[in-house]
Amino acid sequence: MEITLNDCLLVSGLLFAIGLGGVLLRRNIIVIFMCLELMLNAANLSLVAFSRFQVRDGLPNYNGQMMVFFIITVAAAEVAVGLAVIVALYRARQTTHVEDITSLKF
Amino acid sequence: MTAILFWFFALLMLGFACAVVFNRNPVASALSLVVSFMGLAALYVMLDAYFIGCIQVLVYAGAVMVLFLFIIMLLDLKVEVRRKIKTVTVVGGALVVIAFVAELAGVIAKVPGGDRPFPAIVAPLDDVRNVGTQLFSGYNLPFQVVGVLLLVATVGVVVLSKRELK
Repeated sequence: MEITLNDCLLVSGLLFAIGLGGVLLRRNIIVIFMCLELMLNAANLSLVAFSRFQVRDGLPNYNGQMMVFFIITVAAAEVAVGLAVIVALYRARQTTHVEDITSLKF
Repeated sequence: MTAILFWFFALLMLGFACAVVFNRNPVASALSLVVSFMGLAALYVMLDAYFIGCIQVLVYAGAVMVLFLFIIMLLDLKVEVRRKIKTVTVVGGALVVIAFVAELAGVIAKVPGGDRPFPAIVAPLDDVRNVGTQLFSGYNLPFQVVGVLLLVATVGVVVLSKRELK
């Protein structure tokens, strides 16, 4: 039994669903941020799987892997800025609970 | 053998991803996320993306997660107190997730050739060399743009963490 593209896409989709469920259900802003990272990684897994699936001249298609490289770089920058925003928020409000932050709520 | 290892690491990753969502303690969530990312790195290696697997361990499981743990400990977050969970939120969240999985199953069923094993790699796989060649030829401009982005992010973080924003 060999692994197939469908197996990889299934695992990636389940990981994305877990991340999405976490973003919708959790109330701690840092845990929500971690679940966002899970969703980014699910997209990366599917990109790597497609890159491995499209073999050209006996090599994987590296365009998918370049995309993953850039996503990881941008995600690292995003985490740095996002956590700085969370620290600034905590300084202003002394909470990381999203239901306590309602200034913009209609 | 490959298939057994693939499913082992996939289940490990998904299990610890669930642990991220269901743990009440943010530190436990962050540590589960590290294990989940390590499992994902194993999957990348299994898909012959060695370089991506390496930077997954170095950047994600190393740098990003240390940053998360650092912030959690800096803010001294305690175990989340149980608050009343609204039924609407839970039902809505579950509905969105179930609808997404159903949609995805429909799409996966239609991928042409998706149920065949991956095609074999016949050329010698110099993974890092190939990635580097691509990065500095076809993707040279995006590579430099990403460098500028990282600089902007660094400056942004310094400005954000000043005591008073002016």
